Amino acid sequence: MADIQLERVRKMFGKVLAVADVSLHIKEGEFMVLLGPSGCGKTTLLRCLAGLERVDGGQVIIGGDDVTDHPPGKRGIGMVFQSYAVFPHMTVFDNIAFGLQMQRVSSAEIQRRVGEGAELLQIQQLLARYPAQLSGGQRQRVAVARAIVMRPRVLLMDEPLSNLDALLRLQMRGELKRLHHEVRSTTVYVTHDQVEALSLGDRIAVMKDGTIVQLDIPDRVYDLPATRFVGSFIGSPPMNFLEGTIRSSNGARALETAGVRLEFHGVPARGRDAVLIGIRPEHIAVERVPVAGGIPAGAIPAAVVVVEPIGPQKLLTVQVGPSTLKVTTPVDFAVDQGQRVWLRFDPSRIRLMDPQTGDAIAS
Amino acid sequence: MTTPGRKALLTVLVVLISAWVLFPIILIALASFTTRTQLYAWPRSLVPSPFSAETMRFFVQAQDVLQSLLNSLLVAAMTIVLAVLIGAPAGYALSRFRFGGKEVFRLGILGTKMFPATILAVPLAVSFINWNLYDTLLGVALVHTTLALPFAVVITTSVFVGVPFELEEAAMTLGCSRAQAFRKVAMPIALPGLAAAAIFTFVLSWNEVFAATILTLRNRTLPALVMNAVGLAGAPIDYRFAGGFFMIIPALIIIFVIRRYLLTLWGVTVR
Repeated sequence: MADIQLERVRKMFGKVLAVADVSLHIKEGEFMVLLGPSGCGKTTLLRCLAGLERVDGGQVIIGGDDVTDHPPGKRGIGMVFQSYAVFPHMTVFDNIAFGLQMQRVSSAEIQRRVGEGAELLQIQQLLARYPAQLSGGQRQRVAVARAIVMRPRVLLMDEPLSNLDALLRLQMRGELKRLHHEVRSTTVYVTHDQVEALSLGDRIAVMKDGTIVQLDIPDRVYDLPATRFVGSFIGSPPMNFLEGTIRSSNGARALETAGVRLEFHGVPARGRDAVLIGIRPEHIAVERVPVAGGIPAGAIPAAVVVVEPIGPQKLLTVQVGPSTLKVTTPVDFAVDQGQRVWLRFDPSRIRLMDPQTGDAIAS
Repeated sequence: MTTPGRKALLTVLVVLISAWVLFPIILIALASFTTRTQLYAWPRSLVPSPFSAETMRFFVQAQDVLQSLLNSLLVAAMTIVLAVLIGAPAGYALSRFRFGGKEVFRLGILGTKMFPATILAVPLAVSFINWNLYDTLLGVALVHTTLALPFAVVITTSVFVGVPFELEEAAMTLGCSRAQAFRKVAMPIALPGLAAAAIFTFVLSWNEVFAATILTLRNRTLPALVMNAVGLAGAPIDYRFAGGFFMIIPALIIIFVIRRYLLTLWGVTVR
């Protein structure tokens, strides 16, 4: 087990900057998720860490050792690939034992450690089989076992669940979390699935265009997105964004949108007047009448465009002026397409962004 | 066209094409197992009676046949070793790396097949005499290697394309060097495909008659010997039939035995 220090790591593919001087410190035993859309550089960053890509600049330090120029096999890493990369010409046992044999571990020790790894992944009964005789989920377990029997200082996973079907993915996600609690190895996990990131990560590094745009614990990444991109990438449905203005009257500054003055206490004391209001669907209350508890203030009129029952909730698509918002309501909320409703934003959940840069405005 | 009509047409075509290929082979095979006296009799039955190995025995015992059979096998063996040793690394490089001029290189390999070997006959013979390669088995094997290389490269390229690079990367993360990853992972998985390339090379060398004829005098390969006997010496028809059938045998073995084995191997290893 070891910590990881990435220092201004840069990787170019021809003229394309895939990883742009990324610095990141991953603590010992931490589960770090690299999250981002395809092409954001997260897999490339992981491969630089693994030594499968040669960096064009910067340093990779694992457990205090500068491994920047070390080949993958000399870095003390274990890696799980998206395609599993289980060797088809070897039995499950030989697959798991492969790395140990490369290290010339004694055969008694190999027997013991392969048995241990197989037990941890619950594949003891498959050891004599060939990969062609296994299901996708079982191959995935073999790939994970093969990596962890090496007792790597760092465990790297590249979208390990994305080739599994939805149900199996849910199950394996739980398994990986259990495994991390048992093994406690430093883990770097690449995914484009925000649910995986939120459920597995101790911390999440959200990436875009080869840089980390936000690095934080899952709750904060979800509740306090650093940029408009993070808010719209994480959450299903994602965060809503609509234009707002800050108006001064009688010396007090207040937030308005669609001509409605919102109840909001975090208005910055100075700065621009035009802002972007970010609010998650579950933090918008929907009402059929404009007046709640006799106070009409802060209710925004909206037209219902689409009504989608999605099991535990109803998902409404509503139109507020030029903006389209997604909001959720209880299933028993009776509403029809075309109906007029009133929206009330939870004041403590409103997040203001700069409309030009998309960066969050500190409040 | 209706489905039954299409099916009937397909059947007719299959039968016609098969007959076109098989009819001469069957005739040669039947004649090879007819006694020599019967071969010259008139009228004679198509099906040999009695069924006899006399004609084949005559051919095998004819002058130089066994020696040139051995020559053919030696040349083929050398050709296979050379073609795989040179072709497989080229195929690996084409399947794994991006490099400048890759497409030109790929086309150039096939382009060599467009160059008629006949034009090369005289300069090649002269060069081989100068290099003391004339009338040697190694000389023939070198020419056969040149002829087989384009196919060896093309086949091994597709074989290595079928072996995901991630497997080698996984091996590297488990402690292998680049070369070890190739030897322990890519190579074993590619083996059936490499065997196919080897068999293809064998067939090419076994059948090749032009270079073998012009570049040898005493150390003839089997096709060169048969060609010479039939064309210049006017060998009798029993020799011709038996020789013809003998030359087909490797192809038959490949079709009936090895091909099936290869296909099942591919079915398991290359998904």
